[in-house]
Amino acid sequence: MISIKNVNKSFGAHHVLTDVSLEVPKSNVVALIGPSGAGKSTLIRTINALEPINNGEIIVDGISIHDKKTDINKARLNIGFVFQSFNLFPFLTALENVTISPMKVKGLSKEEAEKRGKELLISLGLGDKFDSYPSRLSGGQQQRVAIARALAMDPQVMLFDEPTSALDPEMVTEVLDAIRKLAKEGMTMVVVTHEMGFAKEICDEIVFMADGKIVERAAPEKFFTNPDTQRAQDFLSKVLNH
Amino acid sequence: MYQYDWSVISRNMDVFIEGALKTIEISALAILIAIPIGIIFGMGRISKNVIFRLISSIYVEIIRGVPLLVLLIWIFFVLGQFLKLGSYWGAIWGLAIFAGAFIAEIVRSGIQGVPKGQMEAARSLGMSHAKAMTHIILPQAFRRVLPPLASQFIMLIKDSSLVSVIAATELTLNAKNLVATSFRSIEVWTFVALIYFIMTFSLSLIIRYFEKRLSKSEA
Repeated sequence: MISIKNVNKSFGAHHVLTDVSLEVPKSNVVALIGPSGAGKSTLIRTINALEPINNGEIIVDGISIHDKKTDINKARLNIGFVFQSFNLFPFLTALENVTISPMKVKGLSKEEAEKRGKELLISLGLGDKFDSYPSRLSGGQQQRVAIARALAMDPQVMLFDEPTSALDPEMVTEVLDAIRKLAKEGMTMVVVTHEMGFAKEICDEIVFMADGKIVERAAPEKFFTNPDTQRAQDFLSKVLNH
Repeated sequence: MYQYDWSVISRNMDVFIEGALKTIEISALAILIAIPIGIIFGMGRISKNVIFRLISSIYVEIIRGVPLLVLLIWIFFVLGQFLKLGSYWGAIWGLAIFAGAFIAEIVRSGIQGVPKGQMEAARSLGMSHAKAMTHIILPQAFRRVLPPLASQFIMLIKDSSLVSVIAATELTLNAKNLVATSFRSIEVWTFVALIYFIMTFSLSLIIRYFEKRLSKSEA
């Protein structure tokens, strides 16, 4: 579903991504973990071309994302993206946040868009928040609206860039539950996360990055009990022993 | 000792009213022209197109660096030679071109003040740059620019007094003429100041009302 081939990206002399390749089969869930500055966020942002790349190729659902001939607006319809800082539209209600793109991009009628939008918000436990503005919602509620907003475009792939990092601890669960539910429904997903327990539980594969490179790829059981590389062992000893 | 004679005001009320109405008319037309100028060049200042950005910057920088009085006279005498502007349209275009440059800066800072994540979120949902601008960025920029835009409108009403130098009929020119015939400068100019204050203060009350209504819909 997602195929990343030999991607390089640098800001001047600083290499952010070095020769990164990764395959994510349909319905798989991949966690990107690693120390900060490893290039996890940059990598996930290149998958829907929020970040340009220097060379290499990224193919999502058969479409080469960074090809100049690709209509990126059309390609992005297949790729939902959830940001660390939610990025909800503050002047629109929760329901309007969810319906604006289906209406303005896909040309759905207001009725169609609202019907689907309400279903999504209800399924994410936000049935009583249709008319609330983002400023009146908790962080966890805002992030669930953001997930509903991305799902409203019926994407084939969902990308999550540290979806719980900006949340108070007691709100992390509700957002992780929403992602867990999507995993059960067979959504193809890439998640940048620091929630190791969550990564271990729902992911098919752990991708460990450091210094702009993929250092290790393994099944969760293997990775968390017996990682091959020293770099991963060091990282895990730091994040798991407290 | 100066003998006040305030009857000059009541006897010439028609002159003041006509002048005030002309001031409002000239200011309103100038604002209507200045807003699209400001939006176009404000977006030009942050455009990816180098030529558009350069033209916009040159316009804004030149106008900001030239006094309005000089600009009005220049437009009237230099542009007026080719365009047959006359003092009425010369005054309106002069004010519009002047205010347009300041509105462009207000629009630019309004757009740049919208967090970067808003454009990213809109683009990630498949919106083109233009659609994201129209449906997501500009509505938020609009709320941000209202207060500075309001002070710009008030400035424009006050600045319109300068168009008397190119003989455009409005409140200040009418007052000058009245002083020339009645010699009642203290009474006339006091009353003129009061009229300008009433016009600008009413406008600021109207704008405050709209700002409150907008902020209500968001809270």
